[in-house]
Amino acid sequence: MSEYKLIDHTYDVVVVGAGGAGLRATFGLAEAGLTTACLTKVFPTRSHTVAAQGGISAALGNMGADDWRWHMYDTVKGSDWLGDQDAIEFMCKEAPAAVIELEHYGVPFSRTEDGRIYQRPFGGMTTHFGKGIAQRTCAAADRTGHAMLHTLYQQSLKHEANFFIEYFALDLIMENGECRGVIALDMSDGTLHRFRAHMVIVATGGYGRAWFSCTSAHTCTGDGGGMALRAGLPLQDMEFVQFHPTGIYGAGCLITEGSRGEGGYLTNAAGERFMERYAPNAKDLASRDVVSRAMTVEIREGRGVGALKDHIDLHLEHLGPAVIKERLPGIAETARIFAGVDVNKEPIPVLPTVHYNMGGIPCNVHGEAITRANGSENIVPGLMAVGEAACVSVHGANRLGSNSLLDLVVFGREAARHCSRAVKPGAAHRPFKADAGETTIARLDKFRQAKGSRRTADIRLDMQRVMQSDAAVFRTGESLNGGKRRLAEVFASFADVQVTDRSLVWNTDLIETLELDNLLGQAVATMHSAENRRESRGAQAREDFPNRDDQNWMKHTLCWVSSSGATRFDYRPVHLNTLTDDVESIPPKARTY
Amino acid sequence: MAEFRLPANSRVRKDGRLFKAPAGAKNVRVFQIYRFDPDSAENPRLDRYEIDMDACGPMVLDALIKIKNEIDPTLSFRRSCREGICGSCAMNIDGKNGLACVSACADVKRDIKIYPLPHLPVIKDLIPDLTNFYAQYASIKPWLQTRTPPPPDGERLQSKEDQEKVDRPSACILCACCSTSCPSYWWNSDRYLGPAALLAAYRWIVDSRDEAAGERLDELEDPFRLYRCHTIMNCTEACPKDLNPAKAIGEIKQMLAQRRH
Repeated sequence: MSEYKLIDHTYDVVVVGAGGAGLRATFGLAEAGLTTACLTKVFPTRSHTVAAQGGISAALGNMGADDWRWHMYDTVKGSDWLGDQDAIEFMCKEAPAAVIELEHYGVPFSRTEDGRIYQRPFGGMTTHFGKGIAQRTCAAADRTGHAMLHTLYQQSLKHEANFFIEYFALDLIMENGECRGVIALDMSDGTLHRFRAHMVIVATGGYGRAWFSCTSAHTCTGDGGGMALRAGLPLQDMEFVQFHPTGIYGAGCLITEGSRGEGGYLTNAAGERFMERYAPNAKDLASRDVVSRAMTVEIREGRGVGALKDHIDLHLEHLGPAVIKERLPGIAETARIFAGVDVNKEPIPVLPTVHYNMGGIPCNVHGEAITRANGSENIVPGLMAVGEAACVSVHGANRLGSNSLLDLVVFGREAARHCSRAVKPGAAHRPFKADAGETTIARLDKFRQAKGSRRTADIRLDMQRVMQSDAAVFRTGESLNGGKRRLAEVFASFADVQVTDRSLVWNTDLIETLELDNLLGQAVATMHSAENRRESRGAQAREDFPNRDDQNWMKHTLCWVSSSGATRFDYRPVHLNTLTDDVESIPPKARTY
Repeated sequence: MAEFRLPANSRVRKDGRLFKAPAGAKNVRVFQIYRFDPDSAENPRLDRYEIDMDACGPMVLDALIKIKNEIDPTLSFRRSCREGICGSCAMNIDGKNGLACVSACADVKRDIKIYPLPHLPVIKDLIPDLTNFYAQYASIKPWLQTRTPPPPDGERLQSKEDQEKVDRPSACILCACCSTSCPSYWWNSDRYLGPAALLAAYRWIVDSRDEAAGERLDELEDPFRLYRCHTIMNCTEACPKDLNPAKAIGEIKQMLAQRRH
C-alpha cells in the first residue's frame, strides 16, 4: 500500500464532474467566494453535455405566446405524473432567466429575424395545456450542448475555477452517514488525493454504457451513482431509462429530436407516417417514450425497413437544403459519416437507442442528497447532486427533450446558491479519521493487481448484452427475472476480473475496470427496480402490467445495492404539491398525445 | 534557436511487437501503432496489429477499441463521444491529424499508421500532454467582455448576419488537430499561440456582443503570438470540423493592418 502516495487537499466545496451542471455549479461557487475544486476525469469540454444537440427549453415567447405554466404542465405530463411538481414549477419558472443568463454569458444562439433567440418545436412541448404546438426549445443550430458547454467552461476560466483535470473520483469519504469529502486518483501519475470539503456536489452524469447500444459517450459510466451505492446510499427511480427514438441504426449516434421539430417524420416499410396512429395530435413530436414504443411495435409487427426489417426511416428530404444547412448541419454530417446517407436525398435509418437515465441520486430542489432510514427521510449532510446524476425529480418516469440542458443550469446554479447560504467561506474543517479512504485504496489495489481469467472488456460486454435484451423498451416479468439471474452471473464473474496493465500512469485498463464496477451496481439497480415496479409508467413499459397504477405505484423507488449485488427497496412519495401559489397542482390524468 | 532534432528518447524503435490475426481471417489489415511506456526506460516503438476487418467497425477508433479489448488492454488513448464532437480522440492517422472516431479505415491505403499528435510531449502511447495548448486558449480570455450592462429582462439582440460571423468559429471542438499540424507551432509552441487559440480570439473579436475587440487585437499584435503564422495552411487542411483557422488568422492580420491606418 505504501507505493500509493496520498496527498490531502481542503476546500469549502468540491464538485465532481465538469459537464453542464458541474461547471455551472463550480463557477457559481467561485463567484460566491467559496474555495472550490472541480474534479473531472476528462478535460471539461469533452464531457458528454458537448454532444447534446436540439436545445434548451424556456418559455421566452420569442416565436409566439408562451407561458412557464404550459411548460410545467408539459413536463408533469411528460413525466407521467412521477415528477415532483414543486421542483418542476421551480425549473420551468426559472427557465427564462437561466437561458437569458446563458445568452449574457455569450452562448452563440441561433437568431430570429428580429435578433432574438431562435426557438424550435420539440417533443411534448405544447401551448395552452396541450392544445397547440409550442416553439420553446432555444437552439444554437443543432449543437446547443456544444455551444453551452464551451461557454460554461469559458465562464469557469473567467472566474479562475480550480480544476483537477483527468482525476478519477473513486469514492465519497463518509463518516457516520455524513459526507466529508472525496478521494480521487490522478490519472497522470497514480497519486491519490483526498479532498476534504464541507460539501461534495456529484455531477457525474448518466450510465448509458451499461447497455450495448446507446447514444452515450464511452465515459458515461455513472461514477457518481457507483460511489453513492458503495457509500450505502440509495439510488432513485432507476427503472426509468429513456430510449431516444432516433439513434442511427448500427452506430447508435444521436440524431436530434430537433430534426422532427423542424418538420422531419418517421415512416415504416409501407412508407406510412405511423405516428399519426399512435399520437394523433402530436404525431412525431409526441413524448419520447411514446415514439420509441411506437417504433418498436411497428418493427415487431413486421413493418420495419431494410433487409432485416429491423429499423425505421427518418425523413428530412422535404425540409430543403437551406433549412438543413442553417438548423441541422451537424446531424447532416453525422448521417453522412455513420449511415452513408445524404439527408437531402434519402431517409436516415434509425432505431430507439438508450439515451438518458431519469434515475439517480435522490435529492431535493436545492440539490441536497436524501436517504431514508428508520421510516423517515433525511438529508445526507455534506452531499449534493445535480444534473443527470441526480433525481430531483423533474423528469419523473420520462424526460422531455430540451429539459435536460435546462435541468443542468437551473439546478447547477441553485446548488451554488444553496452552498453560498449553507457554507461559510473558510469555515474550519474537522480532521479526517486516520483511516479515511483506506477501503478505497484497498479496492483500487485489488483491481490494479487483478489476476483473474476474464477480461474487463468481456465482462462489460456480457453486462451490456443482458441489459440490451432484458431492460429494453418493452419488458415482462419473465424477461426481467431472467435479466436479474443473468446479471447476477455477470456480477459474480467480476470477482474473476483480469487487469493487464499494472502501471500507475494513465492506466486505462484499470480506469475501465473501476468504471465497470460503477456500471454493474447501477445495472443491477435498474433491472431489479424494473422487476419490482408492477406497472407501466413513462419509459417503463411492462407487457404484463400494461396500465399505470396510481393507486399503488405513484411513488419513487429507492434501491440500495450491496457489494454482493443484493438489492433492497423503499419508497418516497411524489410531490404533487407545487412550490408556491403561482400555480395549482396538476392532477393526474390519462396520458395521450 | 528552434530545435529541429528530437531528443534521443523520442526516436522510434523499429523492433515493435507483431500480433497476428486469428486463423481463418479473410479481410486482414495491418495497424502500425506508436507505443510508449512511461514506466520503462525504453524508447517508443511501433507495434503491428493484424485485424480482421470483417469483425471490426469501420472507423479507426473501432479498431483501436478492438485491439484494446481483445489483444492488448494496455493500449491507451483518449476517447469519449465517438461521434466527432468532443475532440478527445485527435491523433495522427496515415500522416494526417484527425479524429479517430470519424476517420474511416477504408480511406487509408496499405497499413494504417497511428501516431500521437505531432510534436507534443507524449505521456503514454497515443496520449499527448495538452497543458500548453489549453493554457494558450485560456490566455486569449475566451469569454464575453462587455462594459455596457446587458438588457435586464431579455437577451442581447444579435442579427442573423452577425450570428453567422461567429457560427463556424464558435463550433471549434479544441481537438488540437490544427495547431499540432502547423510547422511554425512545432518550432515555437511556447510563444506562438497557434491556429486554435487564434481562431478562438477571432470568435470573440467578431462577436457583435463583445466590446473588447481593441484590447483583444492589442494582445495579439506581437511578432510571436500572432505573427509566427506564415500562411502554411496545414491548419485548415487538418480541421475535422471543416473550420477555417487560416482565414480567421488572415482576417486578424487585416484588422491589425487596417486600424494602423
